[in-house]
Amino acid sequence: MYRSQKLSLRYYTAAVTLFGVMILFGLLSALYYLYPSLLFNIFNFNMSKILHIDTLVIWLLMGFLGAVYWYLPKELGREVEGMWLAELTFWVFCAVVAVVAIVFLFVQYGGANEFSMWFINQGRKYVEAPRWASIGIVAVMLVFAYNVIATCIKARKMTGIMWVLVLDLIPLVAVYLDAFPAVTNMSVDLYWWWWLVHMWVESTWEVLIGCVMALVLMDVMGTSRRIVETWLYIEVMLVLGAGILGLGHHYFWIGTPQYWLSIGGFFSALEPLPLLGMVVHAIYDAGTHRLKTRNQPAYYWITTEALLNFIGAGIWGFMMTLPQINLLSHGTQWTVSHGHFAFYGAYVCGIIAVLYVAKQQTSGVDVLGGRAWKWGFGLLNFGMVGMVMGLLLAGMAQAFYGRAIGGSTLMAFTTASENPWFVSGMWARMFFGVMFAAGYVVLAYDLLSSPKRVPAAGALPEPA
Amino acid sequence: MDIQDPSFWRAGAISTTLVMLVVLAFLSIDSMQVISVGGRNVPKYDVINQQIGYEYNWSRHAAVPVIGAAEPLFGKTVTEAEATDLMRTGKLVIQSRACMDCHTIFGNGAYYGPDLTKSWLDPAWPQIWMPMTGKTTREDAMVEFLMHPDKYPTWTRAMPNLQLTQDEARATVAYLKWLSAVDTNGFPANFSQAGKQP
Repeated sequence: MYRSQKLSLRYYTAAVTLFGVMILFGLLSALYYLYPSLLFNIFNFNMSKILHIDTLVIWLLMGFLGAVYWYLPKELGREVEGMWLAELTFWVFCAVVAVVAIVFLFVQYGGANEFSMWFINQGRKYVEAPRWASIGIVAVMLVFAYNVIATCIKARKMTGIMWVLVLDLIPLVAVYLDAFPAVTNMSVDLYWWWWLVHMWVESTWEVLIGCVMALVLMDVMGTSRRIVETWLYIEVMLVLGAGILGLGHHYFWIGTPQYWLSIGGFFSALEPLPLLGMVVHAIYDAGTHRLKTRNQPAYYWITTEALLNFIGAGIWGFMMTLPQINLLSHGTQWTVSHGHFAFYGAYVCGIIAVLYVAKQQTSGVDVLGGRAWKWGFGLLNFGMVGMVMGLLLAGMAQAFYGRAIGGSTLMAFTTASENPWFVSGMWARMFFGVMFAAGYVVLAYDLLSSPKRVPAAGALPEPA
Repeated sequence: MDIQDPSFWRAGAISTTLVMLVVLAFLSIDSMQVISVGGRNVPKYDVINQQIGYEYNWSRHAAVPVIGAAEPLFGKTVTEAEATDLMRTGKLVIQSRACMDCHTIFGNGAYYGPDLTKSWLDPAWPQIWMPMTGKTTREDAMVEFLMHPDKYPTWTRAMPNLQLTQDEARATVAYLKWLSAVDTNGFPANFSQAGKQP
């Protein structure tokens, strides 16, 4: 095993741990809706929500880093350059996350001054971490970029996947620089904030997970490089072709010109196209291999990634992206429903697939299967779909009663939030959230336990 | 031209991305002019010296802010520089207290509390909180509420006390008044009907 793959395992461990923390604060955040006096004035909803969404970003990022550190030496045929720096930044990354979490738990917020921005809480969704921590994350990303680029140079080898990855690193690091400013004008602030959030989540991360999935497909399915690289280029063309101006669906209501209603609506309506392409490819692969593989869990999670990315990001996103609907749905639990489904389909499933690839190769079993992973798979997927449906029900009640009928005032918000559809949606979210948490426990148990030997059945694809 | 050749799609990916980035750059330059303070859609900060309304505009097919006669906030006309200072503090309050991790502004943020985009115009101030707090003006009721929100709950989901000082609360109210004057293409929906000032 390469040294970078040992680092990768550390990143995976940290990622799975933070995945658990994310779920914990997700459940707590859901509880506030059912019991509003919970921890009132002690640990309020906003802090729980921050810990829920920030750990989401961090664990996925750690999963991506782990996946790249895992595949980089295999792809380029040599150890990753600058490993000591990469190992050092891993611990820096963990320390930064731990300190920020402690500050969020025990300090929570400060006064309206620059000190709070630098050391306590920046209060900008997804990038609430204080500036010093954001600098730490930029440093980690720069070292990661150095590792990738320097290894390519030393290896004197560039594959198509590596070209895409290297070019993707530029915006991946650059847009994060918007994690720092405190712009007074909210319209301008949100304009650039969306460059960070949208360009990460709906562009650069999509490309990054595309690279990782290309490597996994060659590894697990034995798919040829020519096919995966062709698909990767098509995906990049469609993701960025639709996604760059699809940014416009965030510019409907923030003070920006009216032309964004047309541009954002049109291009974001095209955003499901690359995701549909992935589904077609997944079904093609499933038919080719007749569902036989040496790594059942990884294979099922890859296929699920393609399907749920299309449904969660594609269909759920399309459902609310046209401005006429978005005027009512934006900023309701409908958005939360889409957000959960999209993050889960696009990224969580992919990272879990990579975890199972690592499990098989570290344990040395020829065929990875068993029963526990199926329980984890079922509970996580049913839990997520149930949560998404509950949130959609609640969001539609808000759009209808709070916006369309009520006129979006405080009383309309209250009335919609007391509507039985909303309340039952919140209870459903809680129930399925617990199911999702149970799935996480089984997943973690399965990843940590020794795999059982499973006899190989029929012709199985050889790794490329 | 061989569509099974990866290099064909590579060229497509590069050219598509570059074209879209160039278009985005031009649109961003134009958008910045529109949303800068004093731009077409975003008023200067000293708009807080005036009355702000929100009316349905038939030619735009959307509700738009209407800037009216003089109506100084807290009864004191401020200069542009003073207004800018107030806004800077107000925005820092919103960030330091992580307001947008409970509320939304322009629909962005979290969804536990109501949207604040037009909260300055919300009929709940004169109808509920002015009588509740015993204050005679909207802005004084808002300051009192922001400093002691846990004393004035209106339903089960109450706002916690985030220890705002009086200066911070006043700056936040100023920020919310300015915010209500931003042209948001009619968001939030139907507010113009419910949010008319009494």
